[in-house]
Amino acid sequence: MSTLTDPRKESFSVSMLIYDTRYRSTTIQIFVLVLVLMVVFWLIRNTAQNLSDLGKPIEFGFLLEPSSYDINQRLLDYSSRDTHLRASLLGLLNTFVVAFLGCITALILGVLIGVARLSKNWLVARIMTVYVEMFRNVPVLLWIVLAMAIMIESLPTPKAFRGENATASMYFSDSVAITNRGIYIPEPLFSNSLGNLSFLGDSSVRFDISLDLMLIIAVLIAGFWTSSRINSWASKTQNETGIRPTVWYWRLSVVLLPLLVVLYYTGFHLGYPALKGFNFQGGTYLRNSLIALWLALSLYTAAFIAENVRAGILAISKGQSEAAASLGLRPGPTMNLVILPQALRVIIPPLISQFLNLTKNSSLAIAVGYMDITGTLGGITLNQTGRELEAILMMMLIYLSVSLTISALMNWYNNSVKLVER
Amino acid sequence: MKTSFVLGALTVAGLAAGAAAAGTLDDVKARGTLNCGVSTGLVGFAAPNASGEWEGFDVGLCRAVAAAVLGDSNAVEFIPTTGKTRFTALASGEVDLLARNTTWTFSRDVDLKFEFTGVNYYDGQGFMVPTELGVSSAKELDGATVCIQTGTTTELNLADFFRSNNMNYEPVPIETNAEAQQQYLAGACDVYTTDASGLAATRATFENPGAHVVLPEIISKEPLGPLVRHGDNNWGDIVRWTLNALITAEELGVTSANMAEMASGTNNPEINRLLGTEGTLGEMLGLDAEWAQRALAVGGNYGELFEANIGASTPIGLARGLNAQWKNGGLLYSPPFR
Repeated sequence: MSTLTDPRKESFSVSMLIYDTRYRSTTIQIFVLVLVLMVVFWLIRNTAQNLSDLGKPIEFGFLLEPSSYDINQRLLDYSSRDTHLRASLLGLLNTFVVAFLGCITALILGVLIGVARLSKNWLVARIMTVYVEMFRNVPVLLWIVLAMAIMIESLPTPKAFRGENATASMYFSDSVAITNRGIYIPEPLFSNSLGNLSFLGDSSVRFDISLDLMLIIAVLIAGFWTSSRINSWASKTQNETGIRPTVWYWRLSVVLLPLLVVLYYTGFHLGYPALKGFNFQGGTYLRNSLIALWLALSLYTAAFIAENVRAGILAISKGQSEAAASLGLRPGPTMNLVILPQALRVIIPPLISQFLNLTKNSSLAIAVGYMDITGTLGGITLNQTGRELEAILMMMLIYLSVSLTISALMNWYNNSVKLVER
Repeated sequence: MKTSFVLGALTVAGLAAGAAAAGTLDDVKARGTLNCGVSTGLVGFAAPNASGEWEGFDVGLCRAVAAAVLGDSNAVEFIPTTGKTRFTALASGEVDLLARNTTWTFSRDVDLKFEFTGVNYYDGQGFMVPTELGVSSAKELDGATVCIQTGTTTELNLADFFRSNNMNYEPVPIETNAEAQQQYLAGACDVYTTDASGLAATRATFENPGAHVVLPEIISKEPLGPLVRHGDNNWGDIVRWTLNALITAEELGVTSANMAEMASGTNNPEINRLLGTEGTLGEMLGLDAEWAQRALAVGGNYGELFEANIGASTPIGLARGLNAQWKNGGLLYSPPFR
């Protein structure tokens, strides 16, 4: 009978935390983590302590005080008697406006320029190279200021439209006025308006929804849905009989006719801008600050997107286009059906970061006096209330959530176009 | 955004530093220079001249304080601040003294925790328009586009003025006086509004000042004065009484020309106390006896500073008006040196 000796029971001693390689890395990690947390905690405590010593403890009550200042571009109703919170909300909406317009314009321009840069036409390709290098290598702030300066200095003032010998005139049979204060375009009006739905009563985040707009959107959605049903019916018929029925006028009319009826019923007409007093009144007013910011941000970001697009296209092996050519596809369909769908998975991830960059760069708005969230909450509110830390913290939180939302949306889209590998 | 972040970081860092150090006077002496917050460039009040030296009415006060405290009127670091950055700069300890056309208001004094040490210019908000617009009163400005410097009290006064008169306007917020000037001259706004003294100073720099008119309405009280942080009363006293010394000197007829003579003793005890030949006022402040003499030697008394920088003989051409001595019907009234 053999005796089995148990392996020697290892007793744990504190020194093993350092000398035993099994535990050492964990020990070091915990130690560093505690150090980092202590530094962070010290920073927060020190700031809070010093602020309360100064008699300015962190609190957000100022947000419900009247703001007392006016905002020029208002997407919701607002007066100087409303709260700082509402002023911040209006600023946030203005940020959204310029970020949304900028992202779309930058995307379209970027794709066009990226494709054109690969053109076989020497001149087109070189011009696009110059464009990309020029915009990429100059800070966007300078482009914004330049765009604003060009608008202000080169376009006519509203005064120039006045009187017998006016030196400037409106475009498109007096419906569009281009001035150095911005561009006035006709606005949609409804003489039998259905009115608005008001939400959230009198609170700082109240908003209205135009029933006219809702109705038009609903009719359009219904129209497009019917149209797509007609299309699938046509495809089905084609599959069964081999002959495709002519349905384009059906598809067009189910979208257009209900829309026209709704527009007629609600008394749709255009309101034209007209020179009255100091400025043009009526119409939709696109302020010079919005245009300058929008233009500069999208031209700047388009240069980066163009490079992403070019890289994406170049990443597709040449064999793909040769294979497409050998199947008899012409260059246009080759690009649309073969190259771009594959290039998208290379293009979209860096595109997300370009959209984020554009959104964050929109905080340079104050350089041209565009009242975005940085101009309202981080500018006038911060300054008039003296709540620097609170305002900056709120802004950081807002930009963080906006960026994460954009990322999430784009990642969702990226997953839906990703190449499915088997 | 970027500047705001930097400011935020500065605030945090500065607050951490600010609370540890108590005596601004000791800090200034140890550093050997006075950090003085001024505007980014308003001719007559604070602007660098052709050779890059800061000069102006507010600058004169900074130099007087530096001379009183450090004995050298050039031992000043001028830190240009915009309407937006000035309070953060002062609260964080980046500047020891803010002399930047800043209006003394309740909330700035009480809520923002600053100490206004007096008024060096009684001002009011006005409007400037091109003469060719044919506007003669601010009440006719309904629908106008108005350039304003953001982060100032003028922004709030403007909102109140138009609201109480049931008029609409289109505000164009602008960071600095120079940008406002550019937009106004290009016709991107019809009206430029700021303190009347600032309007006069801006107008003086135009190619053709006659083509612009300052409207008669003054829509607010704007007592402009130097300010310091709450909590260091000794430093506040030094700034307050340096300003009072300049004002009292004018009242008592002490000028930069006759000061040396008067410093050897006069029959007027108040002059003697002011110039330190009698009593111990300087020691009470924590300075020496000749502090006021040095402050006065820089640019003379209040009246001399006024005339040299913004007075009728300068391009800015401001009349004394409210800023005359109380004996001449103005509001300047310094407490006695006793």
